[in-house]
Amino acid sequence: MTELAAAPVIAGPSGRDEVPLIETRNLTKHFKVGGNLSRRRLHAVDNVNLVIHRKEIVALVGESGSGKSTIARLLAQVYRPSGGEIRYLGRPLSVRRSRRDILAYRSDVPMVFQDPFSSLNPAYRVSHGIMRGLKLHRPELNRAQRQAEAERVVTAVGLTPAADILDRYPHELSGGQRQRIGFAQALAYRPTLILADEPVSMLDVSIRIGLLNVMAKLREDENVSFLYITHDLASARYLSDRLLVMYAGHIVESGPTESVLANPKHPYTQLLLSAVPDPRAPLVVDAESDKGEPPRVIDPTEGCRFRWRCPYAVDECHQVTPLLRILGPDHAAACHVAQPD
Amino acid sequence: MPSARMLEVRDLRVEYATPRGSVRAVDGVDLDVDEGEFVGVVGESGCGKSTMLFAIARLLSPPAGITGGSVVFHGQNLVTMTETELNALRWREYSVVMQSAMNALNPVLSIGTQFQDAIEAHAKYSAEKVRERSVEVMKLVGIDPIHLRSYPHQLSGGMRQRAMIAMALLFTPDLVIMDEPTSALDVVAQRSLMVQIKELQRQLGFAVIFVTHDMSLVSHFSDQLLVMYAGQVVEVGPTRTVFDSPAHPYSRGLLDAFPSIRGPRVPLTGIPGSPPDLARPPTGCRFHPRCPVAEEECPANEPALYQVGSVQARCLLHAPDRAALRAAARAREEVAS
Repeated sequence: MTELAAAPVIAGPSGRDEVPLIETRNLTKHFKVGGNLSRRRLHAVDNVNLVIHRKEIVALVGESGSGKSTIARLLAQVYRPSGGEIRYLGRPLSVRRSRRDILAYRSDVPMVFQDPFSSLNPAYRVSHGIMRGLKLHRPELNRAQRQAEAERVVTAVGLTPAADILDRYPHELSGGQRQRIGFAQALAYRPTLILADEPVSMLDVSIRIGLLNVMAKLREDENVSFLYITHDLASARYLSDRLLVMYAGHIVESGPTESVLANPKHPYTQLLLSAVPDPRAPLVVDAESDKGEPPRVIDPTEGCRFRWRCPYAVDECHQVTPLLRILGPDHAAACHVAQPD
Repeated sequence: MPSARMLEVRDLRVEYATPRGSVRAVDGVDLDVDEGEFVGVVGESGCGKSTMLFAIARLLSPPAGITGGSVVFHGQNLVTMTETELNALRWREYSVVMQSAMNALNPVLSIGTQFQDAIEAHAKYSAEKVRERSVEVMKLVGIDPIHLRSYPHQLSGGMRQRAMIAMALLFTPDLVIMDEPTSALDVVAQRSLMVQIKELQRQLGFAVIFVTHDMSLVSHFSDQLLVMYAGQVVEVGPTRTVFDSPAHPYSRGLLDAFPSIRGPRVPLTGIPGSPPDLARPPTGCRFHPRCPVAEEECPANEPALYQVGSVQARCLLHAPDRAALRAAARAREEVAS
């Protein structure tokens, strides 16, 4: 275990020796809370090490306030990290300073937002957003090529006839169609990784699966990786290769999706899994049903952040913050109590 | 009297006045609720489920209005009542929990003040009794009464939603109408709230009408399930039966639309397309353009609710005279060609 303690366990698969698409080292983001003179800090993301490879779908799961959207925004460079670094294709983002470098990164790693009703400008036709992106990120295309490309991406997300869709206004589209436009915009930049922040949670259950299928298809046809952020474990299972579970700013469990769900190591993952409504299984309600209250992460003290809700907490959990430990093939959890396979 | 009938909705119709003419959002809905029963209402956005709830609670405002039918609650028809008469029933006999607690609570008043407002609008309580009752209902839903002095933004989403439910229970009503109360919550908070609603119901004996677009959510909680599509009830029956053997292709589609957390990973398709524009509903069966098992008789014949075992389903598959309908459809096609 000594050699493991030396280097932090990185939430990623083993046996892939190519340079990962994106990699974070001790990524940290703190926000100031309170008034101007306040020294209190909200620890949204603390020491996150994760990798995403080419053509991989990684699901990031956790409750509201766990820091999963903050990670997406850090990766999209909407926020600057308070500590640690992000490497894209092996190169730290902090050395990318020129406008050209920054633009190139933004077009490689675009973001799709949660709310399809507020993320499209209602005053412009659908084509507007896609064309602007193309002009900015792919200036080599002429007008006809831009139109062809816009039609191609709209078709790729399953909207036909493309020319007709491009001519419409957002209010003429359903929620599911608008969210597909969100993906089409991202796709127009020829991305390597799409950051999808709860892309289906605002949609009806009946059309969510269509969007998930679009994401799976884009991975196959366009070789795009996805960071799929969600609080819905069932859809994460449907779509993703690997699962990262976040709690209060920490990644508490990581591994291949099927092995995490079949054999959850962290008590929080177990709680999440037990809360998924499943009409095909009988309802099990533990005596002390967890109320799902989010944790306090303002100036947290040392110790496991889940300990207040954890049924297995021991003394050590109150003293020492657990780090990710390898507990099975590619499967790691940050828990003092969890046992290896 | 565990099974006494409390609410009888018959042939309820709601129309929205639009510049293009009126749109019928709720079309001939029947619904029975017994005392202490939990009724789940499911369907996609735009199928009329929220409109129906608002019509039952008489909360519709123009351009929407009830154009027909009756809502009989404890023997009185709510549809023909005046606002003054309704005010005597509202909150005391039936209450409503809205979808988004963030928008439904007043952000500049403390929770306690909002409880007080609600009580004073419907009863004459002493200040002492108002406080007492507020503390009581907060304890009922498992929130520390200290939060009566908190403002909505100081509470988590789950706590706000609980406070809304506490507010609905101020007068221990017989019927609580809930419009997607858990849709903004995480799975853990969501399950906890569902369990709590069920527990409160057991303690206090009120009936619940619960609207959601997530069919899996009510599977373990509701007694009766009502599936709505395009303003109509397409299937109604005991929840377990509808889940185990859905009789309408739409119920089957809703059920198969979400991936399972257990068992094999299978590719799913959801329900292709979207609900129809109610200004121009499809002819015949309203679901036929999206139906995976539609036959030639479906576009031409409007199905009624047919009895299928213990459930009723609005699908021609179950029509007793289906053979005749099909023959007629064939004959028409031949004439046309």
